[in-house]
Amino acid sequence: MGQDLSAPIVLPVGDAAVLVEFGDSIDPDVNDRVYAFAQSVTAAEIDGVEELVPTYRSLLVQYDVHQSTYEDVAARLGELTGVSAGPADTADRDNVHVHIPVAYGGEFGPDLEDVADHNGLATQEVIDIHSGTAYRVFMLGFAPGFPYLGGMDERIACPRLQTPRVRVPAGSVGIAESQTGVYPNDSPGGWRIIGRTPVKLFDPGAEPPAAILPGSRVIFEPVSETEYGSIADQVEAGEYTIKIVDGQG
Amino acid sequence: MAEIQVISPGVLSLVQDGGRRGFQRFGVSVSGAIDHDSLLLGNRLLGNETDCAAVEVTFGGAEFAFGEDAFIAITGADLTATIDGTPAPLWESFLAPANSRLSFGAPVNGMRAYLCVAGGIASEPVLGSRSTHVASAIGGLDGGALKAEDALPFGPAPGDPSSLRVPADLAPQIESSVTVRVVPGPQEDAFTAAGVGTFYGSAYAISDRSDRQGVRLEGPEIEAVNEKYDIVSDAVVFGSIQVPGDRKPIILLADRQTTGGYPKIGTVASVDAPRLAQAQPGAEIRFERTEVGAAQEAARERRRVLAETPLEDASPSKSFSLNVHGQQHDVRLPEPVVAKPLQTLQVDIDGASELVAVEIVDE
Repeated sequence: MGQDLSAPIVLPVGDAAVLVEFGDSIDPDVNDRVYAFAQSVTAAEIDGVEELVPTYRSLLVQYDVHQSTYEDVAARLGELTGVSAGPADTADRDNVHVHIPVAYGGEFGPDLEDVADHNGLATQEVIDIHSGTAYRVFMLGFAPGFPYLGGMDERIACPRLQTPRVRVPAGSVGIAESQTGVYPNDSPGGWRIIGRTPVKLFDPGAEPPAAILPGSRVIFEPVSETEYGSIADQVEAGEYTIKIVDGQG
Repeated sequence: MAEIQVISPGVLSLVQDGGRRGFQRFGVSVSGAIDHDSLLLGNRLLGNETDCAAVEVTFGGAEFAFGEDAFIAITGADLTATIDGTPAPLWESFLAPANSRLSFGAPVNGMRAYLCVAGGIASEPVLGSRSTHVASAIGGLDGGALKAEDALPFGPAPGDPSSLRVPADLAPQIESSVTVRVVPGPQEDAFTAAGVGTFYGSAYAISDRSDRQGVRLEGPEIEAVNEKYDIVSDAVVFGSIQVPGDRKPIILLADRQTTGGYPKIGTVASVDAPRLAQAQPGAEIRFERTEVGAAQEAARERRRVLAETPLEDASPSKSFSLNVHGQQHDVRLPEPVVAKPLQTLQVDIDGASELVAVEIVDE
């Protein structure tokens, strides 16, 4: 941790975007710099800049080629990299814990036993370990509202399925190698599915549309199948509010 | 609201506009028309905003019905469109009369045609766009591809539509062999000098496993430094050229995910992207290295030409030679010319267009 804090690199990505790279590893410090920088770029209101895409380690800045040139945008971004950016808005979310209810095992988590067997653990131990960590959200990507989570315990790591499933139901909580995540939509997928949440991670009508934002922490909270059903009903009726604890949840 | 009925969606028909921008940081794909130039020209023909929603018809076979008069234009690929069996014009705005049927047959060239309508497709926008992203079930009608019996609402025509034509040299050329310009990077250094040489020196063929997410290519393998074909995921754009572990390039298109974990050897210049969108499986692609300044110049010039080149008048008309008090006048009336008491018409008199009251006594 803590390496890669050298000067950022500014590169063209085609003729309508600039990439500002802060490192090439998955590192909370690098990730913090990305979001802090995104904030200063937003505040700078650079001519022609249309959209920012922050990731683990870099910020993509898309601009309108009919309004600005690469030289102008890159020069402005270069100036800003030297400016002390202040704390990232993600830093403000360091203590924001988003609680996601998960029914583990059974029909909701068909691969829970395989993950336990693979690691020589009891299924309850896998559940305890998986739900005992506050996972950092590094970025959203892959699908609307999909959080890339960091910090999963290696004791429950497990390779992907050899043959991906044709359809993984929305809300499925999975493990792939030492990553964990939640499928926001029904989609094909090869992750080991250990449980499912009835909570919607993405709602285009909500502001912001994603339930989990970069910089916050995700805590998976084990619930019974009965509780799952009752939460699902509340979600369906638009009456469920995700538990978000600001502070040490 | 007026509607277009979907009789059959054919291979794939989708509502698409200029794309869903501003939400990539939430993982929302941009999607949108793959061939932006054809969408822009179709909308120009109708007086619409340039990124108004249209139907993107892929590879033909689709059929639509108009319950009432609709002013439309078809641009992009030639998918042998007919109106009630009569060939429909391409790159031209015209009236599809009430109760007519528009059918797309087999492709003559290209992949995707745009069915644009004056007023634009007026389905419910999601996050500021009507574009359909099927994988995440967003946009279009209920997030999906069009299906039989769908009804597509369209808005009121902006102003009084007239028949216009895109000049022949302005319509995008559709080729079976395409050379696209590439701005190197952002991870060109992930590849060996030999790998980069292979990429720019070889011909690749478009695989039939290509879709709106990306164009997969068959051809020589590209060598990465230390055989490393993955990176810590970062953002991708329209035209990003990834090289995954099978060492063959994939060019990302409109339905790409927002981030990707493969190194990107280069990015297709935006001016050349629409040509990729129309290249059929089997078409040959070559890459030509350029730099960002030249690519930007080309993009600006292309946009200027697309947006500003005057469109040609394509309205059907009938010419008369009138003798009024011993003086000869050339008069052109819009078709159909039918006997009718006093009406107001845009009439061309001796080369000047005037709005005049006309009474046609006899055809």
